[in-house]
Amino acid sequence: MIAFLIEVVRRDLLLAVRRPADAGTVLIFFVVVASLFPLAGNPDPVVLGNIAPGVLWVSALLACLLSLPRIFSGDYADGSLEQMVIAPQPLSVLVLGKIVVHWLISALPLVLLAPVLGLQYGLQGEPLFVLVLSLLLGTPTLSLIGAIGAALTLGSRGGGVLVSVLVLPLYIPVLIFGAGAVVASQAGLEVQAYVMLLVACFLLSLVVAPWATSIALRIALE
Amino acid sequence: MSQLTVNNLACVRGDRLLFKNMSFALSAGELLYVRGENGAGKSSLLRILSGMLIPEQGSVLWDGRDVINGNEQYRLDSLFISHLNGLKDDLTLVENLRFSSYLATQSSQASQISDALGAVKLEAYAHERVGSLSQGQRRRISLARLWLSRARLWLLDEPFSALDVASVDLLAKRLQQHLQDGGMAILTTHQHVDIQAAVVHELKIAR
Repeated sequence: MIAFLIEVVRRDLLLAVRRPADAGTVLIFFVVVASLFPLAGNPDPVVLGNIAPGVLWVSALLACLLSLPRIFSGDYADGSLEQMVIAPQPLSVLVLGKIVVHWLISALPLVLLAPVLGLQYGLQGEPLFVLVLSLLLGTPTLSLIGAIGAALTLGSRGGGVLVSVLVLPLYIPVLIFGAGAVVASQAGLEVQAYVMLLVACFLLSLVVAPWATSIALRIALE
Repeated sequence: MSQLTVNNLACVRGDRLLFKNMSFALSAGELLYVRGENGAGKSSLLRILSGMLIPEQGSVLWDGRDVINGNEQYRLDSLFISHLNGLKDDLTLVENLRFSSYLATQSSQASQISDALGAVKLEAYAHERVGSLSQGQRRRISLARLWLSRARLWLLDEPFSALDVASVDLLAKRLQQHLQDGGMAILTTHQHVDIQAAVVHELKIAR
């Protein structure tokens, strides 16, 4: 099973490397959205510091959302997904592999770039560290939950919009705990509780998402 | 001896009843042609047999065991090649076959893959990306899976479409060999291709 997981991750990483533009656009989207807020609002450093956790978290969440349809749409269109669904290999392991690659390609770069954007918003020291930590722990949950939405909207017209409507409400807890951790750290409070809740969200979705996604994929291919 | 038994199958797509009360059985070495007009339900039948589509009614048994709600043995024993090739344009021929072979058989040996590419006369393109190949060539890569397969039941949806005469001949020979080795095959086709088999059945889906 582990060997199969590695095989899936290898294949999807190879595909992602051959199409670097896909990952690049997500990253650029993240930077652009996060940079729009100071332009539209009050560029006062104190105000920016106050809105930074929310803005950066929402931008990361939207960037992640943007890349969700791509998890399965390519394999669905060219028929690879058919082979995957009827294969003797467990579908939930395959799904997990694809989620891992989605996180590595679409979410991890956002986490790595976040400190730079955080600095632009005047975050420093511990709050900056907590921002990166909360994104690191929160974004895997976004990929896991997002995969369910991507599978459910497979083959439907306007899937991109539909996936947002389905998935965004489910992202709310992660957003609250993630941005909350940064706000708490800015106020000099303990962030441990937020971190624990983010880990709990991750573990829960790790158990449910691959299973739910495989069921949704089987329905999509009927 | 393995056997495929289909009992009282009914299939509905959308609001339309495609067929009902369909029953047949297939044993080792037997070939079944599924014929019918466009939209008669040939592909739907193959999708049901592959385990992808759940029929409205009826059962499909492999060696007496139900296949519709997931049957591990059947998944190993059957191979479905649909009208979609299931190839990634950004991967090379070898990379594509490596993954589909791993999916179907849990192994992927480089020597077997190059043999399979040789069999469909595409060894010269082994390390080129699929995106640069023609439709017929893509179909041949997809069909190269038949040379890698250890499945006993082949479900082939329009395997001869887009193939040139020489390739049709190659595929017919491979099918004959499979049937001689005790395999079974179900295929839909509009072309007339001469395949020698001990027993040839024909199933016509009429509206």
